[in-house]
Amino acid sequence: MSMDYFQYLRKEKMPHIWCPGCGHGTIMKSILRALDKLKWNQDDVVVVSGIGCSSRTPGYLDFNTLHTTHGRALAFATGIKVANPKLHVIVVSGDGDAMAIGGNHFIHACRRNIEITLIVFNNNIYGMTGGQASPTTFTGFKGTTAPYGAIEQPFNVCSMAQAAGATFVARALDLDAVAMDRLIVQAMQNKGFSVVDAWSQCTTYFGRPNKWGDASDMMEHYKALTYNVRLSDKMTEEEKAGKYPVGVLHQATRPEFCAEYDKLIERVRPVEK
Amino acid sequence: MSDEATKPSGTVKFLSGNEACMEGAIAAGCRFFAGYPISPSSEIAEKMSGRLPRLGGKFIQMEDEIASMGAIIGASLAGQKTMTATSGPGFSLMQENLGFAMMAEIPCVVINVMRGGPSTGNPTGPSQSDVQQCRWGTHGDHPAIALSPSTIREVFDTTVACFNFAEMMRTPVVLAMDEITAHMREKIIIPQAAEIALVNRRKPVLQAGETYYPYEAGEDLVPPMMNFGEGARYHVTGLDHDRTGFPSAAAEIQESLHRRLLDKIEKHQEKLLLFEHHRTEDAEVLVVAYGSTARSAKRAVEEARAKGVKAGLFRPITLYPIPEKQIEAAAAHARRVVVPEMNLGQYKLEVERILGKGPTITGVNRVNGEPIAPSLILSAILGD
Ligand SMILES: Cc1ncc(C[n+]2csc(CCOP(=O)(O)OP(=O)(O)O)c2C)c(N)n1
Ligand code: SF4
Repeated sequence: MSMDYFQYLRKEKMPHIWCPGCGHGTIMKSILRALDKLKWNQDDVVVVSGIGCSSRTPGYLDFNTLHTTHGRALAFATGIKVANPKLHVIVVSGDGDAMAIGGNHFIHACRRNIEITLIVFNNNIYGMTGGQASPTTFTGFKGTTAPYGAIEQPFNVCSMAQAAGATFVARALDLDAVAMDRLIVQAMQNKGFSVVDAWSQCTTYFGRPNKWGDASDMMEHYKALTYNVRLSDKMTEEEKAGKYPVGVLHQATRPEFCAEYDKLIERVRPVEK
Repeated sequence: MSDEATKPSGTVKFLSGNEACMEGAIAAGCRFFAGYPISPSSEIAEKMSGRLPRLGGKFIQMEDEIASMGAIIGASLAGQKTMTATSGPGFSLMQENLGFAMMAEIPCVVINVMRGGPSTGNPTGPSQSDVQQCRWGTHGDHPAIALSPSTIREVFDTTVACFNFAEMMRTPVVLAMDEITAHMREKIIIPQAAEIALVNRRKPVLQAGETYYPYEAGEDLVPPMMNFGEGARYHVTGLDHDRTGFPSAAAEIQESLHRRLLDKIEKHQEKLLLFEHHRTEDAEVLVVAYGSTARSAKRAVEEARAKGVKAGLFRPITLYPIPEKQIEAAAAHARRVVVPEMNLGQYKLEVERILGKGPTITGVNRVNGEPIAPSLILSAILGD
């Protein structure tokens, strides 16, 4: 991994805003390694985000970058992709951004199967606003708005994506950068809507109140909550209970929105006489 | 299959306001539409979904109005002229992203076919109750351009003007149509393409190796705009930002950004003001009316003149920015001013502010889903 990150970074925007130990930077680097592998022209790549700590990512990246409103990145990204399908559109979002306020856009982007890659920086908490519970906060875990522990059930980002129609769905841990790189590359290569549920530790607002220790302790906790999907067949139901599989969880082939629109144009456009 | 898409312009048609709006958008070069169904605006989306693919353009029905607004901003950044159409409740949902477009200076057009509100209100009745929302709908100090047409031909022309103003000023522009104008049918001659003046966003002229500053404005206060994918790789945010487009916490940068966003409208005001004077030269009683209400008002003015009362009509087509000087001029001889509108006095507030303690100002207001008849306005003109 001897690539030069700075060819894709806006050096003058450093240092970034993230806390020491935050997982978001690890995911950002993984995205850059994936893009380096794909060798897309930087001018043809658009990175779109909503609002949150994770959504600050585009500001550091030397591509066409758009920092939108909270939860709405997929709507803006859809407009960009449909208007100019030649652009490679990547959306970065937090678990609050993508699954709470942006939940409706999330399921509809999946349904349309539009060729966009969504990376959810999932840290089970609202980081930017100071640690309130999010739709992926595990039941019983604390946030500033769940001081006695969350009583709600969390969303499973990947199950949602699959059920709504996304054609590439994967879960990755920032602990395993090699796997994350591979999954993000696969997501970006998919001719349809791709979702990567990228787990990230919020040391400040999830680690502390839940007594999960520092960044490396948190990674161990997350590791203990997950298993490699390739080992799924060899594991018993008890071993898998309450745990989340990691790896490629779903792949399918379905018509892609922009390609279908092009066909529609072909079909209805008046023939030149 | 009819050949609407290839029909030469210059043809005579019998159209509703919503249909004329679609024709105007197409003539203006709109090739991207995102929307969500809502009465009384849905025909615009329906017509666009039929026409756009035939021209190689794109139509997308989004999951809600928030998404529709986001999509037209994204598509505009990718280089298209873009539009959405909605009505009261949908217009409310669009406000946050509308503010984003103002802040990030992304041209786009929003058609708001006004219906009674608040809330679900009167979905099919005419109303002009979103006038102040057109001005102050989103949070924060912000620029606003909003037009309101009275006739079907004017719907076509103002829709074209909305696109031109959006491109010229790098800001969203709202067309506030009332339901009567949207659904009424009139004969309209669609102008030849050569007769329609179009404005396109100004591109930067860069020397080799020169950096593009997406928010650096020259004297005209409107920064030239490069589209995503054209090689500049810049950043766009709704946060307070400097000329590079990146967030800035510097007080003087924030202050100058917010002032420029308003000043650019002020600076180009004369080009944005569309209005009509009707017998205002010697008017002792002035009516200020817009949209379909102005049609009733014109009739009332004629009837008052027939009775020997010197009445006149000033009709702002551009509601915002307000044609202040023109309203003052029209009211130069007025003892009384009548402001009829299908709301409880939203534009009257503006007229009162402009004319101050001069003439007596009265409103003729209806919020019952019925148009304002000329007789009501005539009574107000005559002072009975
Ligand atoms: C409409 C709106 N509501 C609320 C907020 C406040 N807000 C900003 S970021 C955020 C949540 C961020 O959490 P998440 O998306 O999980 O990202 P993280 O910061 O954890 O990376 C909220 C609620 C906002 N900016 N806009
Ligand atoms: S608050 Fe949490 S998510 Fe935000 S930068 Fe700090 S550690 Fe990361």
